Amino acid sequence: MEKTPLNQDHRAGGARMVDFGGWEMPLHYGSQIEEHHAVRRDAGMFDVSHMCAVDVAGRDARAFLGRLLANNVDRLTVPGKALYSTMLNPDGGVIDDLIVYFIDDERFRVVVNAGTAAKDLAWMNARLAEWALAVDLTPRRQGAGALAMIAVQGPQARQQVWRVLPEARAASEALKPFFAADAGDLFIARTGYTGEDGYEITLPAERASALWQALAAAGVHRCGLGARDTLRLEAGMNLYGQDMDEGVSPLDAGLAWTVDLLSPRDFVGKAALLERGQGQQFLGLVLLERGVLRAHQEVIGEHGRGEITSGSFAPTMQQSIALARLPLPTVVGETVSVRVREKLLAARVVKPAFVRHGRVLV
Amino acid sequence: MNIPSDLKYTRSHEWIRLESDGTITVGITEHAQELLGDLVFIELPELGKELAAGQEAAVVESVKAAADVYAPVAGTVVEVNSALVDAPEGVNQDAYAAWLFILAPAAAAEVDALLDAAAYQQVVDAVQ
Repeated sequence: MEKTPLNQDHRAGGARMVDFGGWEMPLHYGSQIEEHHAVRRDAGMFDVSHMCAVDVAGRDARAFLGRLLANNVDRLTVPGKALYSTMLNPDGGVIDDLIVYFIDDERFRVVVNAGTAAKDLAWMNARLAEWALAVDLTPRRQGAGALAMIAVQGPQARQQVWRVLPEARAASEALKPFFAADAGDLFIARTGYTGEDGYEITLPAERASALWQALAAAGVHRCGLGARDTLRLEAGMNLYGQDMDEGVSPLDAGLAWTVDLLSPRDFVGKAALLERGQGQQFLGLVLLERGVLRAHQEVIGEHGRGEITSGSFAPTMQQSIALARLPLPTVVGETVSVRVREKLLAARVVKPAFVRHGRVLV
Repeated sequence: MNIPSDLKYTRSHEWIRLESDGTITVGITEHAQELLGDLVFIELPELGKELAAGQEAAVVESVKAAADVYAPVAGTVVEVNSALVDAPEGVNQDAYAAWLFILAPAAAAEVDALLDAAAYQQVVDAVQ
């Protein structure tokens, strides 16, 4: 299994380690629910070094990303601005979801998922060759120049980062959400995957352990992938491989807002999306009875059947919630049934997100 | 790993305490709760239900997974720990105090044949 630069720190911190897409990662450090609450109420940190930063550099960098991605990188005009996008195959299925950071017209950084990085790079390199563009792709996860990533999230996250990294305060304090800036050899982004404020800090791999320990000493809670999953579910954020994959259109996965079908720009998958249109609706469910919603459970409503793609217990709400693909006529507020083992349990259809900035929205 | 020597066990990680009246109290082991993580939901069997040995008797669900709890021997459900329904985290706090249900076994000999602590320790070691 692959290991991040923080592997020893996780073990020393008493983490239960699990295989996540070929990477040995912390699931929790004792209680995943306590870690979840720490992020909603205070500040928690996650090792996300298993994700892969890919530097996209060269004269044709913007043109390349413009053909490669479903969202429109022409919206990136201010240095440091970030954009969430999917990367599609010709059938309109999702190869991966990613964040692209704009540095300057010849330099972008794309951050892709851990388990998909190898296939993503193969796909990107193949398109590069096919389109004969002047672009260099440099993955920064391993070897010389390797980067680590630590996400610090929660209402106290930014204050805690400034306490530990006072030299980074000037560069990061004025950042608006979804912007990033360099601070020495740190790359600090006001982004995250929890529905809370905070930063994702990219830094040289050899500096990661010192920062992790300093944040822990300042009182930032160590959090594992378990809490990361319940936090992103409450925030109504998709997880690749669960809520969408190569067989699912972004239009059926609640990601229409990230797909630019209006501009004349062509991109891989566009023709398929225009031809097929939207087939299903991606909505939230709140379980009205006792039990736990899980991925792949069947949803039965007056407009037909659907399927849960992600489901769990929501610690902030103290009840179970889910994301689901449902028939197009389904409306928010409707009550549907979910097949849980041999029983049918009632759930209310809601618009995700469920929780933002510590507050329940549904 | 805490495996009390006065209890019996199953390969599917239930613990069993033989009571003086011949009934058996059933829970899940500390090892099982550790594998599951924070419990958030427990479904208990109906009182009076007759269960075959190895039949699904209860369900425990953590944030990450659902697991069936099996009847260690054939018997009738005579009591359930309803307090756990509103406080499933009790199992995480003390797995050997947070019992799930009590069975009146159909045959006492079946209880004797369950694993002792040493044998269960081997089951746990084998999967680690």
